[in-house]
Amino acid sequence: MIPVSFDYKRANSVSDAISLLQQHGENAKILAGGHSLVPTMKLRLATPETLIDIGGIMELKYIEDKGDYLAIGSGTTHCMVESSDLIQQKAPGLSQAAAQIGDVQVRNRGTIGGVLAHSDPQADYPGVVLALDATIVAQGSGGERTIAASDYFTGLWETALTEGEILTEIRIPTDSANANSCYLKFPQPASRYPYVGCAVAMSASGGSCSDVRVGLSGVGEFAFRDSGVEDSIRGQTLNESSIASASAKAAQGRSVLSDVFVSEEYRRAMAQVYTKRALTQLS
Amino acid sequence: MSVNGTGYEHDVEPRTLLVQHLRDNMGLTGTHVGCDTSSCGACTIIANGETVKSCTLLAVQCEGAEIKTIEGMATNGKLHPIQESFREHHGLQCGFCTPGMVLSSWQLLERNPKPSETEIRHAIEGNFCRCTGYHNIVKAVQDAANKG
Repeated sequence: MIPVSFDYKRANSVSDAISLLQQHGENAKILAGGHSLVPTMKLRLATPETLIDIGGIMELKYIEDKGDYLAIGSGTTHCMVESSDLIQQKAPGLSQAAAQIGDVQVRNRGTIGGVLAHSDPQADYPGVVLALDATIVAQGSGGERTIAASDYFTGLWETALTEGEILTEIRIPTDSANANSCYLKFPQPASRYPYVGCAVAMSASGGSCSDVRVGLSGVGEFAFRDSGVEDSIRGQTLNESSIASASAKAAQGRSVLSDVFVSEEYRRAMAQVYTKRALTQLS
Repeated sequence: MSVNGTGYEHDVEPRTLLVQHLRDNMGLTGTHVGCDTSSCGACTIIANGETVKSCTLLAVQCEGAEIKTIEGMATNGKLHPIQESFREHHGLQCGFCTPGMVLSSWQLLERNPKPSETEIRHAIEGNFCRCTGYHNIVKAVQDAANKG
């Protein structure tokens, strides 16, 4: 399978990429690791006229501790996220998600920014960045702006990024909930995409839950924070019955995906099961 | 780009996949095309020290990269120790997945020289053996690790 012909431009810096985007307009696509875009182009589901390759921009590959938050460059590969001691300590849920994406070869090449910009409903990171209350940083010709993860996912394959903008950084708060976070997934056995991916970040003291954030990937048309579960468990003593009643609320009132492998009913049930396991693991 | 230690300059159409370039333009047919959808791992090669699936990379993305294919593993006619272990333990049946398996095993042992059986099975998750000959593949990787 071979993509339709296109023009290839290599960006040497973020500003270079932004000006190339401006120059080539809406028919241009950003190429990062290429592990979502290239397969889509091979199937000819995407036929951009111009590809702007940001894969070689080293200034987008970093993981830094900024005190209040971890700053992760959008070009950081899943392999770098998975093996970062800093992320393992401050946001273990994120490294657990990275370690479960695809396989070694995919993790060597795919990038966190690419996944978030692509916003596949069945990607792992979206639910995690919601649970970690991350901030997405985007740059365009008008400068830089920040977008809360909770405002970022807007629909199937849709994000709050606007035309001409490039996702440059992901900021993960270094709060106590994120230090006690996890990601559990029910994967499609061949593709490893999550039928259900549940990310939870929780602060607990004296056996009760003081704060909690729950993000679900793979369940709906786009990843979402599950406030039903959060409101049910927040402030409660953490025990089998409080966790069972909170997790029973998973995906409640949400429209849930259905496909040939996993029906809506089964997916909803699995969302509850994985939420229960994640809450139990952090208690 | 450099391929197996030798520098090459080629003009390629942007849509040329790396695996096509290696096989069709350079005649390096040890890199196989299995699923062509980045699932099976038969097209695995090493780019700048990391294994990647060459059916999901454009050749132009690898401008300036150091590429290693299965043809570059043996030196002076002597098999790489991982290849030798695959031979000794019969870590292949039809052989179609073998180039990718050898390179994924190389990546694993480079990052984790003494992997457990579970770690080996996890590391070759991106490589399918349709003969289901995983048992001997795992034995071969264990042997290569023990010798390393």
